[in-house]
Amino acid sequence: MEAATTHTFDAPAELGRYRTRALLVGAVFLVVGAALAFLMGQTAGYGGLVHVLRSYLVGFFFVTGVSVGSLAWLCLGHMTGGAWAITSRRLFEAATRCIPLCAVLFIPVVVSLFVHDHGHSVYEWSDPSIVAGDEALKHKSLYLNPLFFIIRAVVYFGVWFAFAFILSRWSAEQDRSADPRLRRKMQDISGPGILLFGLTVTFAAIDWGMSLEPHWFSTIYGLIIMAGWGLSALAFIITVATWLGAREPMEHAYQPLHFHDWGKLLLALVMLYAYFAFSQFLITWAGNLPEEIPFYLRRLRGGWQFIGLTIILFHFALPFVLLLSRHRKRVPRSLRRIALLMLFMRVVDLVFFFAPSVHQGGEPEWHASDLARSFLPMLAMAVGLGGIWLWYYFGQLASRPLLPLGERDLEKAIAPAEGHH
Amino acid sequence: MAGKRKVRPAVYGLMAEFDNPSDAVAAARRVHEEGYRRVDAFSPYPVEELSEAIHAHTTKMPLIVLIGGILGGMGGFLLQFYIATIYYPINVGGKPLYSWPAFIPVTFECTVLGAALFAVFGMLALNGLPEPYHPVFNAPNFALASRDRFFVLVESADPKFDRERTAEFLRTLGPREVTDVEH
Repeated sequence: MEAATTHTFDAPAELGRYRTRALLVGAVFLVVGAALAFLMGQTAGYGGLVHVLRSYLVGFFFVTGVSVGSLAWLCLGHMTGGAWAITSRRLFEAATRCIPLCAVLFIPVVVSLFVHDHGHSVYEWSDPSIVAGDEALKHKSLYLNPLFFIIRAVVYFGVWFAFAFILSRWSAEQDRSADPRLRRKMQDISGPGILLFGLTVTFAAIDWGMSLEPHWFSTIYGLIIMAGWGLSALAFIITVATWLGAREPMEHAYQPLHFHDWGKLLLALVMLYAYFAFSQFLITWAGNLPEEIPFYLRRLRGGWQFIGLTIILFHFALPFVLLLSRHRKRVPRSLRRIALLMLFMRVVDLVFFFAPSVHQGGEPEWHASDLARSFLPMLAMAVGLGGIWLWYYFGQLASRPLLPLGERDLEKAIAPAEGHH
Repeated sequence: MAGKRKVRPAVYGLMAEFDNPSDAVAAARRVHEEGYRRVDAFSPYPVEELSEAIHAHTTKMPLIVLIGGILGGMGGFLLQFYIATIYYPINVGGKPLYSWPAFIPVTFECTVLGAALFAVFGMLALNGLPEPYHPVFNAPNFALASRDRFFVLVESADPKFDRERTAEFLRTLGPREVTDVEH
């Protein structure tokens, strides 16, 4: 037991090697993805640069989701306490410190507001020539206009950065001083943190995702994205934890009990996401209103219906059944496979949400070849931005001990379950 | 088996009493390794490793709950299907009578209900509850099992059980005490 307090839990040295590798892979995929998107967009006639920026948006949304979703888990952990929260805190903290990187990665999204190619844009409401001929968009332009869009994004990133910065700082201070008051302070700020997370993510989801189809609306969209971001963040942190758990110094710190808890949370999020996504479908289907159904009409033809089916099977059914098993939640290698599946399916789901909304003047005619045009560059961009994000993340992870050393309950949290009480 | 009278063993089992969970877990593991299978353990709070040591996790419970969930879900879905299409067909908003998306929420709830009912009653059945009398309460100090003592029990129904040798073996595991449990 004494070892727990004297051990510093430094990140394994291999992390540095993986760091450069991630950057390299990320850069290659980003360039390949951009080239692919440009060529495909050009030949399909929806604008080369527009298609590059649209594909980029999927990658940006994914890595930002992991960073901001981690902020929610961090706040939740501070509020509830528990061994799962103490042992995963540093992993989530490092992800929240990637929020400034996400703010930088947001710049191309801002650029996309000003790139219009013969009536094609990422956000059609940003094209004055389209808005001028569209009564609904004219009315919505009070909210949906480039300047206000940018101001709002600054506010979101400001709020996220503030919470991430304060929580990380206090947590580092706790390492040095072990001051018990810091624990209370982090807990106190986490309640408002969750509240503001809910508000900012709802608005960010509407701005960055829902406004891709500016005539369409769904009141549950914010919750879907929130659950999606939470799911991405948790699946990512589980992947990192299983990797760390196989090496020193975390080999003996992470217990089967911790993986069990993270696995239970993953199961809950898989179900929560399916619940939100199905609710949107059910309400749209039951209402059958002309302004609501285009979202699904676009996604139920031209090959997208099979992507939808794939999402039902591999984003919900398969992980749900696998995670019911107690054994699979407790054995890191099995849990990691499910977490990796979820990360992949999160990107597929984002493509499903973002790609079919391409404005083509009137109801789009979809062909199966459009699937390839959407998926290839978007997946490549997601891997590209993921690699760059990972490079930054590993740097942040290595900069602090992997466990909060000043936490009063640390020893209890990492003790094997049979230990003395 | 007709005609072969079962001889009732003199005691219900042998109870070893421990001060802390680590010793109890170690003892339970040794007992299992030694080949005893009719083993039970008692602790004031759930000790994950103790359940594992006596292999209490390998029960039929998950299967029972799974069956309950599947039956509940199927029952809920078929109930709605029967009502909506055969028993009381109503045209709702021009939708087909068999509109499966509308059935999903109730199907989900019925799955949970079926699984929960099977979990509760399956647990009671597998534990043989309610059971107003149980011999383990005859063991001295057993009341402490809900305070700060840990107990490992070897039942006399175990084929390897031998009152002298089992007791001797249990004493080698470092208990505070090994006592007979009367019927």
